[in-house]
Amino acid sequence: MIVKNMPIIETKNLTKRFEKMTAVDNLNLQINEGEIFGLLGPNGAGKTTTLLMLVTLKPPTSGTATINGFDIIKQADRVRKSIGIVFQDPSSDEILTGYENLKLHGWLYDMPSELREERIKEVLELVELSDRKNDRVKKYSGGMRRRLELARGLMHHPKILFLDEPTLGLDPQSREHIWKYIENLAKEKNMTIVLTTHYMDEADKLCDRLAIIDKGKIAVLGSPGQLKKDLGGDIIRLKAKTLDVEVLKNLPYVKDIKPCDGEVCLTLEDANMHLQEILNLVGKIDSVEIRSPTLDDVFLHYTGRAMREGSPEGSWAEKMMNASEKT
Amino acid sequence: MSELKGIYALWYRETKVFLRERSRVISSIINPLLWLLIIGGGLGAAVSFGGVNYQTFIYPGVLIQTALFSSVFFGVYIVWDKKVDFMKEVLVAPMRRTSLFVGKIIGGSTDTLLQILILFAIGIVFTVAGIMPGLHLTVFSIAVSLAFLLVTTVGLVSVGLIIGSQMESPEGFQLIISFLIFPLFFLSGSLFPITNLPTWLAPFIFVNPVTYAVDGIRGVLLDISQFSLLFDFAVVSLFAVVMILIGTYAFKKMKL
Repeated sequence: MIVKNMPIIETKNLTKRFEKMTAVDNLNLQINEGEIFGLLGPNGAGKTTTLLMLVTLKPPTSGTATINGFDIIKQADRVRKSIGIVFQDPSSDEILTGYENLKLHGWLYDMPSELREERIKEVLELVELSDRKNDRVKKYSGGMRRRLELARGLMHHPKILFLDEPTLGLDPQSREHIWKYIENLAKEKNMTIVLTTHYMDEADKLCDRLAIIDKGKIAVLGSPGQLKKDLGGDIIRLKAKTLDVEVLKNLPYVKDIKPCDGEVCLTLEDANMHLQEILNLVGKIDSVEIRSPTLDDVFLHYTGRAMREGSPEGSWAEKMMNASEKT
Repeated sequence: MSELKGIYALWYRETKVFLRERSRVISSIINPLLWLLIIGGGLGAAVSFGGVNYQTFIYPGVLIQTALFSSVFFGVYIVWDKKVDFMKEVLVAPMRRTSLFVGKIIGGSTDTLLQILILFAIGIVFTVAGIMPGLHLTVFSIAVSLAFLLVTTVGLVSVGLIIGSQMESPEGFQLIISFLIFPLFFLSGSLFPITNLPTWLAPFIFVNPVTYAVDGIRGVLLDISQFSLLFDFAVVSLFAVVMILIGTYAFKKMKL
């Protein structure tokens, strides 16, 4: 058993302000060596900005962080020697071939030539681009570019690997492969992996711990299992034209009631046993759903909003309802 | 060691990309040919300077023009790199900013010098064909000209990179450099002798570092010059050193 309790990344009041908004707001985080850590949040929550500051590409407005013991502002060169990153946007050269892009990366990271060729072969197989490696990137599809990007970031096995939305836009099968590879890297090489995602399933499956980020702040932090458990019991979701919330509040076994997307969500223990009683109390309803909590519920619980790509107009449910009212 | 590998990686990329973009290679040959044949031929029908025909007279100027346009324009690729995010990949690599700058200079200079070599080949053909009599193309004169062109190119690539490192849009870059390239070219004596200049024009020409590159090359290729070869070379070298220093600083301060 590897001891996983030494923080390899530590942020100290890390802050990034842009003209009108604070993208990252006094972030204090500790990430341990060898863990897969997730930054989960909607678009615009400040995940990518945090990552770009940690990899020394954007200077913080105030505060700082240490990575592998080095300060991201004062010792940027040494930080860069310890890390690797897969960016959200493609950053390969289109006029070069996939193979040439990887070779370039190997040179930039000073890999010995034998190891470089071996890794290139390995990562090309992983992302299933071996047969297209001598095509120019210009001819790749969006998904292929994404996979090349990922292959490149995984190639030099850094001490700490940052992944910005690693599987964005990939098909389920590719995602599974990549998840497995990432898990192996963490386990076998004791590599620390920090990833941002807005996919709940990805965070749930992959992360040892995760921080839910909302408006540049940590809403809550913990292991996916613990976060879900903390919500307590099951969730009942009710939809009705009129609902007497006051009655439900008095029930001893109901732990929490809050509106979600125009419906009402109840958190309670042993929902199956109490469902009948609740239904009797609230009267006529349109629909009901019982389930175990997911990270979506965790997100909703701590931020008061549903996690749907952070669309400012509201959730899809609201949009659907608005649309049906109009017609 | 790792820095050298990184520099090599950047050079490899620039050169590969340059050779693959055929339009860049072709236009780099067509443009100087147009100058030599149309401007040189057309104006040459009416004017001549220093005892040689006008085509021959402007040949050193056309060499410098190619170096000037291609070198300074090279800076636009750094703006593109920022746009397509390739820059991020390089900036996050464990490599000093100085090495990044050096790699870019070597890459850009290689592109330019390849074009210059083609121009020398054209020069030789034209001389043999009798179109440009009076041009002394010897191993020595070509070597000295190349030394001038190399140093000038390094300085000019630095200028392009300095501007490129501070710009965010390729359009903005193009706007700025066209305000820069054309005065540098027209005020360099590429197209006319720099003796007996109007007094208001002379200062502009003599503060332009490109003037000394043209003068040096014209001196060695045509035996027409205003200053000594050493003085010309000293000015051009000083220009290159200053631009490298500014460029190193600009790259350290470069933001995404």
